[in-house]
Amino acid sequence: MSYVRPALVLLILFSLLVGLAYPLAITGVAQAVFPAQANGSLITRNGQVVGSSLIGQSFSRPEYFWTRPSAAGRGYDASSSSGSNYGPTSQALVERVRGDVQRYRQTGVSGVIPADLVTASGSGLDPHISPAAARLQVPRVAAARHLSERQVSALVAQSTELPLLGFLGEPAVNVLKLNLALDAAAPMTREAHASD
Amino acid sequence: MTWQGWLQIAFLTAAVVALVRPFGGYMTRVFTGEKVWLSPVLRPLENAFYAVAGVHAKQEQGWKSYALAMLAINFAGFLLLYAILRLQNVLPLNPQGFAGVSEHLAFNTAVSFVTNTNWQSYGGESTLSNFSQMAGLAVQNFLSAATGIVLAVAFIRAFARSRANEIGNFWVDFTRCNLYVLLPVSVVFALFLVWQGIPQTLAGSITAHTLEGADQHIALGPVASQVAIKMFGTNGGGFFNANAAHPFENPTALSNMAQMISIFAIGAALTNVFGRMVGDQRQGWAILAVMGALFLAGVGFCYWAETQPNPHLTAVGVDPAGGNMEGKEVRFGLANSALFAVITTDASCGAVNAMHSSFSALGGMIPLINIQLGEIIVGGVGSGLYGMLLYVILAIFVAGLMVGRTPEYLGKKIEGREMRLTMLALLCIPFAINGMTALASALPALRAPTDSAATGAGPLNAGPHGFTEILYAYSSAAGNNGSAFAGLTANAPFWNFTLGLTMLLGRFAMIVPMLAVAGSLAAKQKIPPSSGTFPTHGPLFIGLVVGVILIMGGLTYFPALTLGPIAEQFESLRGHLF
Repeated sequence: MSYVRPALVLLILFSLLVGLAYPLAITGVAQAVFPAQANGSLITRNGQVVGSSLIGQSFSRPEYFWTRPSAAGRGYDASSSSGSNYGPTSQALVERVRGDVQRYRQTGVSGVIPADLVTASGSGLDPHISPAAARLQVPRVAAARHLSERQVSALVAQSTELPLLGFLGEPAVNVLKLNLALDAAAPMTREAHASD
Repeated sequence: MTWQGWLQIAFLTAAVVALVRPFGGYMTRVFTGEKVWLSPVLRPLENAFYAVAGVHAKQEQGWKSYALAMLAINFAGFLLLYAILRLQNVLPLNPQGFAGVSEHLAFNTAVSFVTNTNWQSYGGESTLSNFSQMAGLAVQNFLSAATGIVLAVAFIRAFARSRANEIGNFWVDFTRCNLYVLLPVSVVFALFLVWQGIPQTLAGSITAHTLEGADQHIALGPVASQVAIKMFGTNGGGFFNANAAHPFENPTALSNMAQMISIFAIGAALTNVFGRMVGDQRQGWAILAVMGALFLAGVGFCYWAETQPNPHLTAVGVDPAGGNMEGKEVRFGLANSALFAVITTDASCGAVNAMHSSFSALGGMIPLINIQLGEIIVGGVGSGLYGMLLYVILAIFVAGLMVGRTPEYLGKKIEGREMRLTMLALLCIPFAINGMTALASALPALRAPTDSAATGAGPLNAGPHGFTEILYAYSSAAGNNGSAFAGLTANAPFWNFTLGLTMLLGRFAMIVPMLAVAGSLAAKQKIPPSSGTFPTHGPLFIGLVVGVILIMGGLTYFPALTLGPIAEQFESLRGHLF
């Protein structure tokens, strides 16, 4: 058949070209030119990898800013990304949000809660919260760290990424970077660690 | 809604339109065999491919031969991908040690990537080896995109030629498309994406020790090279489960904007290829205008719907000013999430940067409608254009009936044979969507054996939303889109087989009659325009085509939509939760 040879040969040639040569060449160039990004934008502290600047993680201590709820595995599982996929009329969604609102109420927050802070992201790995969601947590973090709210707010401002050229994207606070900056500014005492 | 939001939508639109002429010109030269600036490098490689494959580049094919060649390489590609997935446990580059993929999932996935659907019943980072991703899936990302593009080019030739028996040489079109179009743009785009933060490594994962002392296993891989083609080729299959919502697949607002532009780039430029090859670029712009009108209407409505707060969440203390943020990333916000959702379903891409299942009832209906209209709003690479041209033929036919004249388009008389084949091609999609949805919804006994608590298969949400998950799944499969209302867990035999079958129907049951129309049109003599010829580049024509698309789509899908998103919206208004 006149169709078999070209079909098989082209399939094999293109598999080699775009399935192996292309990704391997890109890997080679990426590792040489952008090694930090190519390996996952990892952040190290004292020689230990503490996370990726692009990947959110769970925080529950009062001394840290908290991230959004996560449906990735059991929360911020970076080997199992996922959203909740709850629809807008889901009872389970409303119950989950009610619980998370309650959690913030218990830290002394009154008034409305910013939407992003109590909704799960699409990836379950969102590294960001909105500036409003960070502002809401400043009093709690400042009290727990024995810092002034002004000092904490300044660190929030430092970790806030602004829209590119003033319009592209949304203002967002990178929570891991912010919490690392907090640790650097006001290291937690041994007691704070032990009290957990 | 904010001015920044609208500005981003305007920016995207302007960028896509600006690319149409240069990219369209380049592709026209590629497919007419002219020299382009990459020729000195690629020409020798191209000729070597022909020599080994035994292709006679000068010999053109009729529509049947063209169709058989296309089917041959697609079938061979399916077999190869199926084998790779089943055997990934013994193949190299499997740092995570994943097992071979089950029969039904391998069938579904192989069909999915060969048909340019990229529906994913699995989570990439927890199922597939790097070899399966690179040498399996990514290869079909290229080849299925090339298949779509060259079919559109063949269809264009049918309008451009007069009394011709041939519509091109499939092997040549296919080879040139991969070498001159898809590979170069992917190389450049992949490196841009790495710069923006997408990983590109052969490592499988790394373990981080988080600030609160937990271990976080972070999946890595050769992601950028795959994301680049997944966008340009409107494939949409994610390296990771969360697709373009995952920060490693779409780290920044800039990467997001670039990815959205790349989804539309080839499809929009093909309208210009059409215009150039039929000798009147206004014909291409008129078609792009039809697409643009439907695109902007969809974006405006979806963006508005997503800025509306969920009243049930407002009631428990959530700030209503934030809009509907469930399933959305902070760095993208409402505007970019709505925009991405509309683009990915206008095109048959299917990548998502926010979870469509968690959109508001009305906001989530827009992506669904976009898919059901046949993904002709720019559309999948190639498939969008030939799908749109089938609608154009239908619109011209309707116009002809109204004035009592034999309809003609670009000098080609549209007669009984073309109309029958066109309707066959256009009806196979609604037949597959409505038929399969009815089957899965009305006969739950069919899926009961495999929808067990153990697999969790079946819809996640109850009530109308659960029905929408099913409707969306079959729409996505038939339209070869690949996005999902992902509450539906589809990795079970019933879903994998029926969705795979739907994808095959949506792809090939449309392509073959479409190519037959092409063969029939190519053979006709081009008649010069007269004073009675209906001009097909003006606002009247644009309005007519938009009208035909909306009426056809509205009549076909409105009943199903009322049971899903529309019912959900009313239930939500009366305070009902499920």
